[in-house]
Amino acid sequence: MTAYEMSVAYWTILHKEIRRFSRIWVQTLLPPAITMMLYFIIFGNLIGPRIGTMGGFNYMQFIVPGLIMMSVITNSYSNVVSSFYGAKFQGNIEEILVSPTPNWVILAGFVTGGMIRGLLVGVIVTLLSLCFTDLQVVNPTLVIVVVLMTSVLFALGGFINATFAKSFDDISIVPTFILTPLTYLGGVFYSIDLLPQFWAWLSQLNPILYMVDAFRYGILGVSDINIIRALSIIAVFIVLLTGYCLYLLQSGNGLRK
Amino acid sequence: MTYALEINNLGKTYANGFNALKQINLTVPEGDFFALLGPNGAGKSTILGIISSLIRKTQGQVSIFGHSVDKELSLAKHCMGVVPQEFNFNIFEQVMDVILNQAGYYGIPRSEAMIRGEQLLQQLGLWDKRHAICRQLSGGMKRRLMIARALIHQPRMLILDEPTAGVDIELRRSMWEFLTKINQQGTTIILTTHYLEEAENLCRNIAIIDLGEIIQNTSMQMLLRTLNRETFILDLTEPCAAAQYLANFAGKQINDQQLEIQLTRKQDLNSVFSILSQQGVQVSSMRNKANRLEELFINLVGKIPSQVKHHQKESS
Repeated sequence: MTAYEMSVAYWTILHKEIRRFSRIWVQTLLPPAITMMLYFIIFGNLIGPRIGTMGGFNYMQFIVPGLIMMSVITNSYSNVVSSFYGAKFQGNIEEILVSPTPNWVILAGFVTGGMIRGLLVGVIVTLLSLCFTDLQVVNPTLVIVVVLMTSVLFALGGFINATFAKSFDDISIVPTFILTPLTYLGGVFYSIDLLPQFWAWLSQLNPILYMVDAFRYGILGVSDINIIRALSIIAVFIVLLTGYCLYLLQSGNGLRK
Repeated sequence: MTYALEINNLGKTYANGFNALKQINLTVPEGDFFALLGPNGAGKSTILGIISSLIRKTQGQVSIFGHSVDKELSLAKHCMGVVPQEFNFNIFEQVMDVILNQAGYYGIPRSEAMIRGEQLLQQLGLWDKRHAICRQLSGGMKRRLMIARALIHQPRMLILDEPTAGVDIELRRSMWEFLTKINQQGTTIILTTHYLEEAENLCRNIAIIDLGEIIQNTSMQMLLRTLNRETFILDLTEPCAAAQYLANFAGKQINDQQLEIQLTRKQDLNSVFSILSQQGVQVSSMRNKANRLEELFINLVGKIPSQVKHHQKESS
């Protein structure tokens, strides 16, 4: 395929992905908005004032970056996992597999689709948060870099999950039993400085902590961990998962008999 | 000579150890209308799956118009369109979107795809349904949609896996006309089918596969010539007991107005009519008891094509 033909194939996949989640916006865009609004009301407005400050900010301001990041993570992941597994389940993934579209273009199309949904939900949640608190962005560049990298990483994760999934149960196991606990324990609601030494050390093995903290640093200017280290860890995971996704596509595991 | 399809020593063993294909060799000339027949589970869909890269072979070589699927897969894929046995489009998308997306995967810009899509949908009688959601289509429409989708990038070879399964007779005949037309325009066609009448009417060359092996690979004409016995049903104008006068012919009286006659290659129908005429028995109509290819198929494979034979767990 020529570079132009590949770009057509890429835009076709991306266009299809955006149309898919836009068509079912009640299932894809509305629920995270409602869920996060409840978080803002319950944790921020009702419980927050009793907790007091955290890292020098009131509790609402402290949790907003984490909740935005949680939305981006969940939606980037779930868009790719449900779309790609849906295509496998219905068989229409074969439309792409029999075509000359290169594997990296297939991956890029699905991952970008996941990113766009994750970022769109992130913007919606950010706008909602402005109804509850003032948000001063200290380092906009860092905020954009971290949120882009995080959405790529979890879109890749969703792709791997979908490739191995053999039933609809399989696409909910990882988000329910791995992603959600890691996100909740990734410093969304608290600073790891509050934890006993052992648990604070254990938390540093959680990759989501680095994303939440780097993002919070970009917005509030406070972080529990070194930002360069955080960005490096995210970048390493992106490289590893991209390589693995391309390997899965090349070998045909879970896609070709 | 460049073949549309060239298969050498193709083998496939599934993960459960089932040996679906055993050293298959097959060539399909450019421009051919080729039938691949065999009972269920014989390996037809496995061959087509390997050609279209949806199934990984365990040994052998496959080339499409000289492009090896191992070395030049992208070029090979450009040369072929695939119509699978099962409906495999997104049932929530509109008909036109299915076509446009497929064009996009082949790098065809949307403006060009719109023109081609309209032509194909018009030809296949789906233009009025272009905005319909795919799940609302009838079975026949879904089949035609898959043909339109497979042709959107104007492939030189079209592979159809049981394209007329579950399609009514009228529609089946219109699909035959369409396939004949695109074949005459130069598209090589390979099809698998359970309707042997379909294969006999459309195809010039044929391969019969059973238990993962090609047991016959020849022209349709040559194959039909090997049929050394044909069975005819004669409908008589008046009830009579004519069987006793046809002692030299194998057969039986089905009822007092129908005779079944078996003729070898050395016997001819004129003799039958002559004997019956001498006895004052008039024949109003006559037909083959079974399709000629079906008789051959039964002789070769030992079962009628619609009989389902499951070989372990092969996915057809």
